Amino acid sequence: MPDTSTRRDLLDLATQVAGWAQGGEQVEAYVGRGRTTNVRVYEGSIEQMSVADSEGIGVRVVADGRQGFAYAGSLDESALRETLAEARDNAGFGTPDEFASVASPDGVDAADIDPWDERLASFPTERKIDLAIDLERLVRAGDPRIRGLESADYGDASGEAAIATSTGIRAWSRAGSCYLVAYSIAGEGDDTQTGYGVAVARSPEDLDVERCAREAVDRATRLLGATKPASERLTVVLEGPVTSDLLSIVSSTLSGDAVLKQRSLFADRLGEEVASPLLTLVEDPTDPAAFGAERFDDEGLATRRVPLIENGVLKGFLYNTYAGRRAGVPSTGSAARAGFKSTPGVGVRAIRLSPGDRSAAEIISSVDRGLLVTEVSGLHSGVNPVSGDFSVGASGVMIRGGELAEPAREMTIGSTIQRMLKDVVAVGNDVVWSHGDAAETTLAIADVSVSGT
Amino acid sequence: MIEESVLSRVLGTALRTGGDFAEVFVEDRRTAGGRLDDGRIEELTSGRDRGAGIRVVVGDTTGFAHTADLSEDGLRRAAEAAAAAARGGGGGTRTVALTRRTAPVHSTVRVAPEDVAKARKVEYLKRADDAARGAGRAITQVTARYADERRRILVANSDGLLAADDQVRTFFGVQAVAAGDTGMQTGYESTGFTIGWELIEDLDVEEFAGAAAQRALRKLQARPAPSGTLPVVINRGSGGVLFHEACGHGLEADLVGKDASVYRGRVGERVANPLVTLVDDGTMGPEWGSYSIDDEGHRAGRNVLIQDGVLTDYMWDFLRSRKEKRESSGNGRRQSYKHLPMVRMTNTFVTNGTEDPEAIIRDTAAGVYVAKLGGGQVNTATGDFVFGMVEAYMIEDGEITDPIRDANLIGNGPEVLRNIDVIGNDFGMGSPGMCGKDGQGVPVGDGNPTLRVTQLTVGGTAGA
Repeated sequence: MPDTSTRRDLLDLATQVAGWAQGGEQVEAYVGRGRTTNVRVYEGSIEQMSVADSEGIGVRVVADGRQGFAYAGSLDESALRETLAEARDNAGFGTPDEFASVASPDGVDAADIDPWDERLASFPTERKIDLAIDLERLVRAGDPRIRGLESADYGDASGEAAIATSTGIRAWSRAGSCYLVAYSIAGEGDDTQTGYGVAVARSPEDLDVERCAREAVDRATRLLGATKPASERLTVVLEGPVTSDLLSIVSSTLSGDAVLKQRSLFADRLGEEVASPLLTLVEDPTDPAAFGAERFDDEGLATRRVPLIENGVLKGFLYNTYAGRRAGVPSTGSAARAGFKSTPGVGVRAIRLSPGDRSAAEIISSVDRGLLVTEVSGLHSGVNPVSGDFSVGASGVMIRGGELAEPAREMTIGSTIQRMLKDVVAVGNDVVWSHGDAAETTLAIADVSVSGT
Repeated sequence: MIEESVLSRVLGTALRTGGDFAEVFVEDRRTAGGRLDDGRIEELTSGRDRGAGIRVVVGDTTGFAHTADLSEDGLRRAAEAAAAAARGGGGGTRTVALTRRTAPVHSTVRVAPEDVAKARKVEYLKRADDAARGAGRAITQVTARYADERRRILVANSDGLLAADDQVRTFFGVQAVAAGDTGMQTGYESTGFTIGWELIEDLDVEEFAGAAAQRALRKLQARPAPSGTLPVVINRGSGGVLFHEACGHGLEADLVGKDASVYRGRVGERVANPLVTLVDDGTMGPEWGSYSIDDEGHRAGRNVLIQDGVLTDYMWDFLRSRKEKRESSGNGRRQSYKHLPMVRMTNTFVTNGTEDPEAIIRDTAAGVYVAKLGGGQVNTATGDFVFGMVEAYMIEDGEITDPIRDANLIGNGPEVLRNIDVIGNDFGMGSPGMCGKDGQGVPVGDGNPTLRVTQLTVGGTAGA
């Protein structure tokens, strides 16, 4: 899709809008354009399919320390002018804040990466459909206990974004990826259990449909016969995708913005031991293996590697331009926004744990009594990142004498974020990048409350 | 928004290569919002997004395309893309005659959001900040936010349907953080209706923001929630999310049709204690989940899902109801013109019972009292669901005692419906919600009288 000509188009457009800045004001234009394909199949044929392009602009104006923002889902000249005028008008109602500012060039070069594979754009639609059909067929054929699927999808998204500011930022980047996802239903007698499989790649050629199907089959069938366990404190072993969810929440507490606004449980703890010495956590969007890899952040600064926790010691927070200015430190290139409709906040793209020295199987065999957590639910309702209270629904498999035993469901696992980080007893040697903004790594945490009967 | 003759021609294009059904959905959405954080009006935002989504149905296949270009050319290109996606065979030209349909309006707007000066809007945020901070010295941080939107939609389809709606929503929310010896706690309060700025102008902002702050302050004294199975009493206007998750999603016809619901094949059966009557009602006055027509042009309805414990019907959108040769129940919704519609709830609630709510608590020897619930999540195929407590207390010897910290509750839908043993006479609607399904968020309301579940698993950390 985006070739050099559209690259120039988008960056020219953003530069043009930034050039409309009047004396005494800063203007930032974020222009995005994207294409998505989604195919859902059911019982061997297409249930729904969409191919769609979309584009839009978000304009931020900072004048006298006041910030205003507006967006439009259109790149017509009249829409651009209206959006700037609206952002300018909005800025008049903000409270002056000496730290409010768009980004300025900081001399850091963008990493030499291109999270893009030309093969995605040229991959024929017919074969995308076939991938989804194959996925559904393989799941159905994977085990006689598979009763059906809720969905089997192929999807891809590719997009480009340009950011220009009146302070001299000129950034253009692109990214593309594709995925397969299946939600499976297994049944035996009256018992029903579900599972899922996901595969992500830069190009459809690299999607491992067999493995994705196998995961969907195994996740559903291994929970058959699951019952509600007794309430007790146990060592839990989190499968990689569950760890990814947990790290995503931890990352929100490491936002410099949350720290400054006294909403982070790690404020004032820089340099202290906040986690087990086994734990080293880094944000690195310059790692091309991560699907969240990007050259620029959402204010147009180069992304960079940010150490967060080293051997259990809190080493740093994440900053965008505003939070950095206010804290008196440079931006870490961690500005993030949800497309052209929102202002840049602080967020991660690619955090990961440094791998330990044991495999998932070795970690499980080292646990005498425990629970392998294969899936969690209610992350948005049961985790409070300000207080640190942590309580999520879970299903998984009990561990007895180092062996996987009976499956369990309809329980919660509870602790606090603070305690869980301290109670880590093993980090797996697996680091897998998938759809999340955190890598998937097996993690064992001691003394977690499992609530059941 | 678009002339009828253009819509007719675009529908004709969509069906030119064959196809059983075509639809044009046009949306023009304006949004405005303001946020105060850390004592400052941090930003005002405004946005406009308009476009059209076109779908073409061929047999069991739906093709979909959308465009921000509302010219006839732009719409025709989208129609061709949708038809290609549906891979229609056949041939011949179809003409579509449109008949404009009207639907009753359930909400009225007294103060149009765009008529309220921004300077006036931000004053409410400052008042909320002052009031929340004034509630106690332990309040260390306050965020206040308003959001309003006007969403005009137009739907035309090849059955000749032509219908339009003008939907206004206004929202106000305050979050306070309190800090004490045990760390930080949060308190949240929100309100939202399908009305204009009269919502906020008629609101006692000081009391509202004070309530958010008090919730955070009370939780500073909270002890860890119990871990294990206990009776749970749920306050009026707070437990609708329980039914939304415990059975609402499982009664959506698309999930039922795929054998992904524990309620499949159970219409006519008793699925809940006979005390329970559950309704989904998109016509319910100015409630957050109301509208005149759904996003497929069908009138909103009042649909009884469970009557006296017996499952009476599922919720339907056009596609699923067409397959079953029945009427849509008016539950076809989508996040925006960029999305396909599917079966969604509107305002879902349990109707009033007869008990005195205080007697319900007095009659509970030991358990948990949930004053306010947060969000939740359900696996409709197994029925297992979770939902979060954001303000809760222990019940000891029939009295509400210590506050407890946030935790999730977990249960199984069909079991919980059977385990509701008493329902109060104090029905109330809850806070405005956003329901997520398959990547799409839509506004929903819920409500309930005070009620008790004889056993639910409380996901805390303390011995029960």
